Amino acid sequence: MLVVTCIKQVPDTTQVKVDPETGTLIREGVPFIINPFDIHALEESLRLKDRFGFRVAVLSMGPPNTEVTLRKALALGVDQAILLSDRAFGGADTLATSKVLAEAVRRLSEQEDVGIVITGKQTIDGDTAQVGPGIATRLGYQQLTLVDNIENVDLHANKITARRKLEGRHERVESKLPVLISVVRSINRPRYPTVPMRLMAEDAEVILWDNQVMGLDPETIGLNGSATQVRKIFSPERDKGEILGDGAADLGKAVQLLVSKLVEKDLLHI
Amino acid sequence: MSPNVTAFAIVFAAAILFFIWSVYRRFRLIALGQPDNRFDAIGRRIWNMLFFAFGQRRVVKRTFGINHFILFWCFIILMIANVEFLLHGLFSQQIALSKLPDGTYHTLTTVFDIVSILALVTVVIAMGRRLLFPPSYIDAKSRDAFFILSMVAMLMIAFFGLHGAEIANGVEKAEDYMPISNAVASGIFDGVSTNSLDTWAETFWWIHAIVLLGFLNYLPYSKHMHVLTAIPNCFFKSLDKVNTQPREGFKQGNSFGAGQVSELSWKGLFDSYSCTECGRCTDICPATSTGKKLNPRLVIHDIKVNLLKNESVLTNSGKQVSLPLIGDNHEGSVSEEVLWACTTCGACMEVCPVFIEHVPRIVDMRRHLVEMKAKFPEELLTFFENMEQRSNPWGIAPTERIKWTADIEVKPFEAGQTEYLFYVGCAGALDSRARRVTMSTAKILDTAGVSWGILGKEELCCGDSLRRLGNEYVFDRMVQENIKMFEAKGVKRIVTQCPHCFSTFKNDYRQYGIDLEVIHHTELIDRLIKSGKLNLKSERNGFGNIVFHDSCYLGRYNEVYEAPRHAVASATGHDIHEMHNHLDKSFCCGAGGGRMWMEESPGQKNINVARTEEALANNPKTICVCCPYCMTMFEDGLKDKDADTNVQVLDMAEIVAESLK
Ligand code: SF4
Ligand code: SF4
Repeated sequence: MLVVTCIKQVPDTTQVKVDPETGTLIREGVPFIINPFDIHALEESLRLKDRFGFRVAVLSMGPPNTEVTLRKALALGVDQAILLSDRAFGGADTLATSKVLAEAVRRLSEQEDVGIVITGKQTIDGDTAQVGPGIATRLGYQQLTLVDNIENVDLHANKITARRKLEGRHERVESKLPVLISVVRSINRPRYPTVPMRLMAEDAEVILWDNQVMGLDPETIGLNGSATQVRKIFSPERDKGEILGDGAADLGKAVQLLVSKLVEKDLLHI
Repeated sequence: MSPNVTAFAIVFAAAILFFIWSVYRRFRLIALGQPDNRFDAIGRRIWNMLFFAFGQRRVVKRTFGINHFILFWCFIILMIANVEFLLHGLFSQQIALSKLPDGTYHTLTTVFDIVSILALVTVVIAMGRRLLFPPSYIDAKSRDAFFILSMVAMLMIAFFGLHGAEIANGVEKAEDYMPISNAVASGIFDGVSTNSLDTWAETFWWIHAIVLLGFLNYLPYSKHMHVLTAIPNCFFKSLDKVNTQPREGFKQGNSFGAGQVSELSWKGLFDSYSCTECGRCTDICPATSTGKKLNPRLVIHDIKVNLLKNESVLTNSGKQVSLPLIGDNHEGSVSEEVLWACTTCGACMEVCPVFIEHVPRIVDMRRHLVEMKAKFPEELLTFFENMEQRSNPWGIAPTERIKWTADIEVKPFEAGQTEYLFYVGCAGALDSRARRVTMSTAKILDTAGVSWGILGKEELCCGDSLRRLGNEYVFDRMVQENIKMFEAKGVKRIVTQCPHCFSTFKNDYRQYGIDLEVIHHTELIDRLIKSGKLNLKSERNGFGNIVFHDSCYLGRYNEVYEAPRHAVASATGHDIHEMHNHLDKSFCCGAGGGRMWMEESPGQKNINVARTEEALANNPKTICVCCPYCMTMFEDGLKDKDADTNVQVLDMAEIVAESLK
């Protein structure tokens, strides 16, 4: 049975700045990284492989250089890496993205039963957290978002027990397979690739599925298939900060001042 | 005296055959190690052997080493006597020293007599030291040591017994030239009948013969193997001061680092045979002395035990090694905890009289853990990822590297326009405290009119910690990127303010065939002072008493000792104060070898606290360092000791910059 992990290559957002003139992201020279949440999704899929003997396939939609990210996944131990890349996929919003990813999962399920699809909770560039649920909806899978622990997978009974991490509480849930899971970062500590695996991954095959393979209607994918469009990107105006008290002279007083300010602004309750 | 030749010939043949077999068994295992070229530059190697083995240069660095020096030379001289003894036993008619011209014979007998008593005295002293003043860092009461010392003593006693009896019997023509044997003859054998004297002589002869052959055969099975291997080990010693690790070839199918003993270089195995168990490495190791499980002597010992215990598996090719090289809590395996405790400070290698290379072996094993097993202390995961993604230890955005230039004008490096590349380094660019050192260095360079530029946002990490931590794969990638950039930009001369960048560019990068002139800021600043380019106040200012700390990667690894001392003295008009452990005996701050990025085990004393205490013993107002890691370690140490309000830590560049007129 297959676990499919969807990962995204994102610009290292800590290094991205907005060009105030043109209202676009300055991506020049900014390195790409695996979306930090997706690293945990990947790790969890590998743990499922170790624990229950799943095979792991990883999907990523993006420009051709996404291959680098997929090789990293291969170095960590996934069995199959598929790059979804085509000009027609470009400029997609969450709706159009989930359409392509869902189709890819469906194609994989023609070869082998898909038990679990795992994604990160959200990406650090879009921050929507919609793509995972979108995939589940299109495929008619169950969905468990914000999972921080997969307790068990019962392959005979075809069900999974997991814990969801919600605001101030946990939820222990059981679901039928196939299921889509989105994970939070606390679910695991990612592993580190060994050198033999890295070397293997340098030569391993990354399968390319473009739209010729996928055969999706160009009007329903990419920019054309997107329901939303980004009009402008800008850095919000920020009020000037304020220096409270004189910490060097009287630290205790300065802290007290800070605490009272926070309480005043309803940011702290005491 | 001549024994029964047939009886002796049998004993002799058996002993020699057994010895050859033992040595063959031991050396056959060495051949299983990995290739390592130690036969280059023969001239230099022979010189090293003469100087360090026969000259015992390192042995005598400790007072008690003089005892060993004397015993060693007694041995060498008595070798002539013993060879003659054995040959004479076999061919009594043909071979005898007494056949030499009288003058020569008399001289030799005198020498042997005196040397034998000297040897006996040194043995008694050695035993006395072990019994009465046992040093903590050796296994003073070891059976092995006493057994071998007793054997040497017995040899000498038999020598005097034999010659005393012969003199008393009137059959030794050189009797007047052997003062000690003569005294034995008159003191012990006076009045003993000729017959009995014959029996005594024969008994002592046999004791001498059997102890001698026994000694020879005992060597390969004890720590005294070093008698056979220490001299060649000095010949094979690394010719570079720095034991940079060899590069690894990243090809599929290769294995990386050493997870089993045969994956170590043959020299690493030979080292393990050469350990004299003198314990000097243990005594000086900062990890051992702060209660960590690491003991460099035992690392070498475990390699030896592992090799010997796996003998049958290793020689019957095909089978797997039965005792793991890296494993917990048993003799013959080195634990992971031990491997991660090393700061690669190199103190152990600096003091080892026979040039054993501890650090490369430790890094070999770390490589195995990181590269083959992806197993390392948790905190290193973030470190490794930061290095790979952002090329700095903290994972800070590379754009921040130019933050320190906000208020001053700094040129980008451009070949032809700027002479030096000032390689600021991760700490110098990103750590707020170290940035102040960077500013000071920049100020000094500008004042002296040095032409320099930086790489700014494009600067990458040099990779030092990665290499010492055994992450050679990522290090290798990083070096190649750096070299590509240096070549593209035409970088030839680099000045660094971090001894780690300095040593890595200077020594490790050389393995990649790039020719860089690398200079540490302490050397450059001192040069500027000496050439009169800097006008200094030569006043104490607010520095007060300055105590100086030698960084391992500056001092021990690259022998930069004098420059910072002279520069500080010129700047302040006062010499620095030396800590108890200084120059090549300096005690690590605790941050080297990637330890900077690891937690110290709870419940043990921190190395930086131990070193800070040593500094505080000099009552300083200022602790002067030359390294951003040392800076952090001392600042933390001072906080730990609640001394951070009275004592400051300054980089040597800060002291000079503040002393500019
Ligand atoms: S390098 Fe330093 S820390 Fe490591 S074993 Fe040698 S003396 Fe100890
Ligand atoms: S390794 Fe060197 S310093 Fe350490 S005990 Fe052996 S011979 Fe002595």
